Amino acid sequence: MNKYYIPSNMRPQLSIFKNIDKFTVLVYFILIIVGWLSVYAAEIKDTHQSIFDFSQHYGKQFVWILTALVLAVVILIMDVKFFPAFAYIIFGVGIISLIGVLLFGVTVNATKAWFHVGGVAIQPSEFVKYATALALARLIYESKTRTKTFQVIIKPFILIAIPFVLVVMQSDMGTSLVFSSFVIVLYREGYISGWLLLLGILAVILFVMTLLVNEFYIMGALTILGIITAIFLRKKPSAVKQLLVVLILVNGYVYSADYAYNEILEPHQRLRIAVLVDETVDLRGAGYNLHQSKIAIGSGGLTGKGFLQGTQTKFSFVPEQGTDFIFCTIGEEWGFVGSTLLIGLFLTLIIRIIILAERQRSSFSRVFGYALASVLFFHFMVNIGMTIGMVPVMGIPLPYISYGGSSLWAFTIFLFTFLKLDSRRLDLL
Amino acid sequence: MLNSNQSSEHASRRRVFIIIFIILTGIIFLARLFYIQVIDHRYKVYASSNVQRTITEYPARGLIYDRNGELLVYNEPYYDLMVIPAQVGEIDTTEFISLFDITREQFDNRMQSARHFSRFTPSLFQRQISKDSYAAIQEKLFRFPGFFVQPRTLRKYVHPIAAHTFGYVGEAGPSVIENEPYYRQGDYIGISGIEKHYEEELRGHKGSRIVMVDALNRAIGSFQDGRYDTMAVAGTDLYSSLDMDLQIYGEKLMQNKRGSIVAVEPSTGQILALVTSPGYDPDLLVGRVRSRNYRMLQADTLNPLFNRALMANYPPGSVFKTANFLIGLQEGGINANSTYSCPGHYRSGGITIRCRPHPQPVNPITAIQHSCNTFSAIQFRNTLELPKFESMQEALTNWRNHLMSMGFARAFNSDLPHELPGLLGSADYYDQVYGTRGWRALTVISLSIGQGEIGTTPIQLANFAAIVANRGFYHTPHVVKAIGAPDNLNPDYIEPNYTTIDSMHYEIMAEAMFETVEAGTGRFSRIPDIPMAGKTGTVQNPHGENHSAFIAFAPVEEPQIAISVIVENAGSGAAWAAPISSLMVEKYLTGEIKRGWFEQRILDAKF
Repeated sequence: MNKYYIPSNMRPQLSIFKNIDKFTVLVYFILIIVGWLSVYAAEIKDTHQSIFDFSQHYGKQFVWILTALVLAVVILIMDVKFFPAFAYIIFGVGIISLIGVLLFGVTVNATKAWFHVGGVAIQPSEFVKYATALALARLIYESKTRTKTFQVIIKPFILIAIPFVLVVMQSDMGTSLVFSSFVIVLYREGYISGWLLLLGILAVILFVMTLLVNEFYIMGALTILGIITAIFLRKKPSAVKQLLVVLILVNGYVYSADYAYNEILEPHQRLRIAVLVDETVDLRGAGYNLHQSKIAIGSGGLTGKGFLQGTQTKFSFVPEQGTDFIFCTIGEEWGFVGSTLLIGLFLTLIIRIIILAERQRSSFSRVFGYALASVLFFHFMVNIGMTIGMVPVMGIPLPYISYGGSSLWAFTIFLFTFLKLDSRRLDLL
Repeated sequence: MLNSNQSSEHASRRRVFIIIFIILTGIIFLARLFYIQVIDHRYKVYASSNVQRTITEYPARGLIYDRNGELLVYNEPYYDLMVIPAQVGEIDTTEFISLFDITREQFDNRMQSARHFSRFTPSLFQRQISKDSYAAIQEKLFRFPGFFVQPRTLRKYVHPIAAHTFGYVGEAGPSVIENEPYYRQGDYIGISGIEKHYEEELRGHKGSRIVMVDALNRAIGSFQDGRYDTMAVAGTDLYSSLDMDLQIYGEKLMQNKRGSIVAVEPSTGQILALVTSPGYDPDLLVGRVRSRNYRMLQADTLNPLFNRALMANYPPGSVFKTANFLIGLQEGGINANSTYSCPGHYRSGGITIRCRPHPQPVNPITAIQHSCNTFSAIQFRNTLELPKFESMQEALTNWRNHLMSMGFARAFNSDLPHELPGLLGSADYYDQVYGTRGWRALTVISLSIGQGEIGTTPIQLANFAAIVANRGFYHTPHVVKAIGAPDNLNPDYIEPNYTTIDSMHYEIMAEAMFETVEAGTGRFSRIPDIPMAGKTGTVQNPHGENHSAFIAFAPVEEPQIAISVIVENAGSGAAWAAPISSLMVEKYLTGEIKRGWFEQRILDAKF
């Protein structure tokens, strides 16, 4: 027990907003307002010009924002102990909802990820990210004093794998990959070594290179590199042996990467990768979306065309212009300056959360904060990356900006839960 | 387990790595954004080509009327069926192909090539659907999303006449498109005739609209409230100098004959009728059947595409005596009272020109009246051998210059297309053939009767008739009388061209030609109550039967029509060309034909 600790029931409850990180809340408000205006700019129609027209996405988004704010207040009112205490139960409910959606859900855009409840579509997988973050935080919190044996290390991976597999079964590749962002948390907590992470990044780079260059050239180049290194290491036979093993493994990987690309990935998945590598691939199909997305953003220029002046998104050249491709509207109407500000806002938010996470005394709060930062970062990276042709197209929203109730609610609950934990960081150990 | 110091040290290093990784991602994104938004300008071009569609508004081509305001050429709407492949959904293909009367293979092929061209921009699916077919299709078209019609117009003719004169319209070819920026792929351009010469007046001005379209190519609205839009300006109407009734009548008379009729209003040079036979129906060279029909006409052994009235090169025969006499009178080779007797032939230096029996002796008037070869040869030789000429070359050049002032041996270069200049032996030519000292008047004596190194086109002969009618001048023959409005006269042809022969000599020849029709070789073609002047010609043709030729004007005083008629391989001028001229003159001056049997004989004739 810390000497400054004062039991919460003994302190005066001045306000539920006390100790809430105001800066983060400010960034949150800026993001949801930018998002609302962007949905309006992307989808405004001559016949429905009011931003409060509830038959349109922009009108509905206003409702989602108001209800999200109610949820935020509810989260702040709740007892902070609720979250660690109910982490597993919330996770369990989340898993059951994922199974339920597989059995009783509705298929939208070839993805079976939706419940229809009274005219409102709810996507449980958005909330499961939050539930998984809670469960992961609880699991790591519980094992903080244990020696990191294999059994200890494998548990969080199993925990993450459960929702991952279930979301894959919904055919929602984009959302399922969000769960892979938890490796950042595991890296921070020492469950994964930096080398392993580096190896993973190198593997991705090699994989992309095999698509660009004939795999035998790469294997040849790697072999030559290995031989040169071996000449330098000729005084150490054991090092040369290890090098040989690594070389064989890497060459095997390069060879099988090409095989995996051609034989394991579905044709539409291959195309999404192929269009990144070559702009001119399939301009009428998969490449069309990416091409139009880049046109919208590229045509914005330095300062953009001005609010509501964009043509590419409004006239439906860009697909999903209010949801997954919302960044196109921002790029088109606000140009490089606006894009820079938005990216700056996201980086500020994510780094702020990491800084807040690092000041937690409880590993539960810290892990939860990192999980939030990781999920936000993954969404940010994939969503913006795909609109500018740096990441394969995956249907995941830009947090707080994209139209969508489930996403906005889930990310609001996620953020405010963390802010609540942070505001009571002295109460938790 | 790591001890806590080590652990926190590791943890803070990892935290730094994570933050660096996140910031690095942001920087990479910003670099990429900077590139596509600020450095690479292609995306701005793509963006405007995405949303802006320039729609061409095609103006109606100018109409063509006759000299009395009767409509001759107009435009008929038709429809091109266009398709935007991306918008074509599930359609009943069976119904579609029966509606448009195409085969399944055609449907598939066209869809495929349209898709290949672009899925999002319109392609031509079926060309030139007629107004009537469109009426049937129109109400069913909504069942085939992605298909729409684009209205265009095609030329249409009230009567199937004057095809050569009107010319035709076709799509502008690649060389035109390259050289003249006005024309784009698919634009129409006049290719021959009036359509070509007056292309700039007739075509009007294309307009264009820039519309904003969405991704499905649906028009969303105009670009910047139409600031850059231009209206199409309809083409200017033309008033042809042709007399519709006379043209129709001339073509009727020339049926089953080869040859031409050219009728001119002497006081203006306006062409009243321009008949070439065989001709063709102008409707044959309109629209999608044009190239097929053109090949068919080209292959026709009667050569209907050949515009005899402007291009055929005939020796004029006796018709030309009139021109020679005028030169003789002007130069003093003969005078009005010169009298010679004709022994039935002209014989000199081993050359004999035969003549037909006629009253004796002959003077310039009776020599024309009876078409005396002997008198013609004598006066021609007298004129060339006049002592004032220092050489034969000078004499012939002088003769030739007189003829050129009458419009021979050169093209008029008016609004008539593909006109040929004819030919006329020059001193240089004879020098080359015979040597500078190797020829004399007798060598070229056949020119005196319009045979030999001489070729005249029917329009030159008609113009010559107009010169005699005017007693010494002509207006360049032309076929468009007024532009835009009936009284807005074509300014190019108002100035008269004077010949080098004095007016008084024309009076003599006008009287001679009047006598020819009253009591000479043309007397069978005399029109009761209309004083007509004419000259027959029977053109010797080494390849077959003689060509029948006649020139005329009427009335003799204040002439309203001058005419030339040539009927190939028909025989004597008096027998066929003169009666046809006579009927044309009667038709034009009185509006009706009183000599039914006389007309029937011509209509029944075939050559």
